[in-house]
Amino acid sequence: MTENVKITTKDLNMYYAEFHALKAINLSVEEKQITALIGPSGCGKSTFLRVLNRMNDLIIDTIVKGNVIIDGEDIYGPKVDVVELRKQVGMVFQKPNPFPKSIYDNVAYGPRIHGLKDKKRLDELVEKSLRQAALWEEVKDRLTAPALGLSGGQQQRLCIARLLAVEPEVLLMDEPTSALDPISTMKIEELIKTLKERYTIVIVTHNMQQAARISDKTAFFLNGEVIEFNKTEKMFTNPTDQRTEDYITGRFG
Amino acid sequence: MTSRGRELAGFTLLRIAALFVLLILVIILGDIIIKGMGAISWGFLTTVPTNGMTEGGILPAIIGTFFVTLITAVLAVPLGIFAAIYLNEYAVKTKMTRLIRLSIRNLAGVPSIVFGLFGVALFVRLFGFGTSLLAAGMTLGLLTLPVIITASEEALKTVPNSYRDGSLALGATKWQAIKTNVLPSAIPGILTGVILGLARAAGETAPILFTGVAFYLPFLPDSVYSQFMALPYHLYIMATQHHAIEQVRPLAYGTALVLIILVFSMNLIAVILRSYFRRKAVR
Repeated sequence: MTENVKITTKDLNMYYAEFHALKAINLSVEEKQITALIGPSGCGKSTFLRVLNRMNDLIIDTIVKGNVIIDGEDIYGPKVDVVELRKQVGMVFQKPNPFPKSIYDNVAYGPRIHGLKDKKRLDELVEKSLRQAALWEEVKDRLTAPALGLSGGQQQRLCIARLLAVEPEVLLMDEPTSALDPISTMKIEELIKTLKERYTIVIVTHNMQQAARISDKTAFFLNGEVIEFNKTEKMFTNPTDQRTEDYITGRFG
Repeated sequence: MTSRGRELAGFTLLRIAALFVLLILVIILGDIIIKGMGAISWGFLTTVPTNGMTEGGILPAIIGTFFVTLITAVLAVPLGIFAAIYLNEYAVKTKMTRLIRLSIRNLAGVPSIVFGLFGVALFVRLFGFGTSLLAAGMTLGLLTLPVIITASEEALKTVPNSYRDGSLALGATKWQAIKTNVLPSAIPGILTGVILGLARAAGETAPILFTGVAFYLPFLPDSVYSQFMALPYHLYIMATQHHAIEQVRPLAYGTALVLIILVFSMNLIAVILRSYFRRKAVR
């Protein structure tokens, strides 16, 4: 499994004002693999995720030091266009956040703001994205219905479809199933496994079984540090660090 | 007293307070409607005052109020909404922006006569607009601005951040996120604020007193530099300044009724628009 590396961080430090949220993180995310980030609340895993597409820029008083290199380019470099970066590195949030528009308009939102007007190509792209998100069969007869009328699980798959329509390369997922019931969770997990064929996926999860089920590699975060980063199999059967073992066996967190 | 008794006493007090407020409203409205109805006719609404304002209608006052409010809207609506967007979406939260916000809130509480005199100094004199529709409309615009800014900012605040983040995470620019996602959700609240602000402006007298309103003009304004008649000022004249007060009393009541209907209709439009957009938002 020595694949191409898609994302590398070098001595990544990040501060919220005085608070040292990420401490010297060195991680590599491989292309077309699923990398899971686990750890107790407040350990920095979501913060790390948001560093990867610069969503933290929106919070004032954040300082990022070190390098985040995606496809050979430092995304905190001076010439980087944040809008372009977020097209490449998209994000799915913890709580499904469909816009108060129709199902169709939700999926077409990204392509439209990037200038696609051709109705036929939009239709194709919407269908393709909904199919990839395993939602097409459920909504194809009511594309003009309000997205907020869908169930929670469908809403989350819609948010994934909306992201795929922008044709990104990396999908960042911030606890995408934490607000969902077990069956919806299972569907999303299946979906994430199929998406791995085309996309590089980084997923934050509170659910260790989920990390074990779907990911190729897992990073264990604790107090802003990466304690262990390993193949998921190894991590869950034979962890190197005592603290990892304590966490995954449920002794804390 | 038992807790139940105390509750009963409390509720009774609240009921009396509510009834009292309602009673006052009913008395005022009833008085105006009963005494004003007789004066209102098609002729009253469509002719100019004649015979030293003891006869004829109030057409110039209706037209004047309409145009002065229109000028107010042209100035205050875009400026107010853009200012609110800047303050809520772009401005970094510092001591300076807090101070600006506080000043805007306070501006809403400045007595309208102060705006009126400021309008004389700025628009009538300095800008050389003279006493005119333009000067009066802009003065009312300044008066309405804080109301519109505050209402729009509150409306923008109610839009969940997840709409903004969701948009940005798809590679939208900040302005795209605002235009396509934030504003559509905030429009109902913004519109309500705008209309309530304008309705208040339409009923104001003090700000237009020295900036453009005329005692008596038997013709309609022909440009933004004309003086004009306005309903609230006309009412004031008819009720307190006229040489034959008793004789024109019915006309004063008629004017009051027209003004109240105008303001109520604007508020009604605000309510209708809000419920329309609310239903549309769910779709």
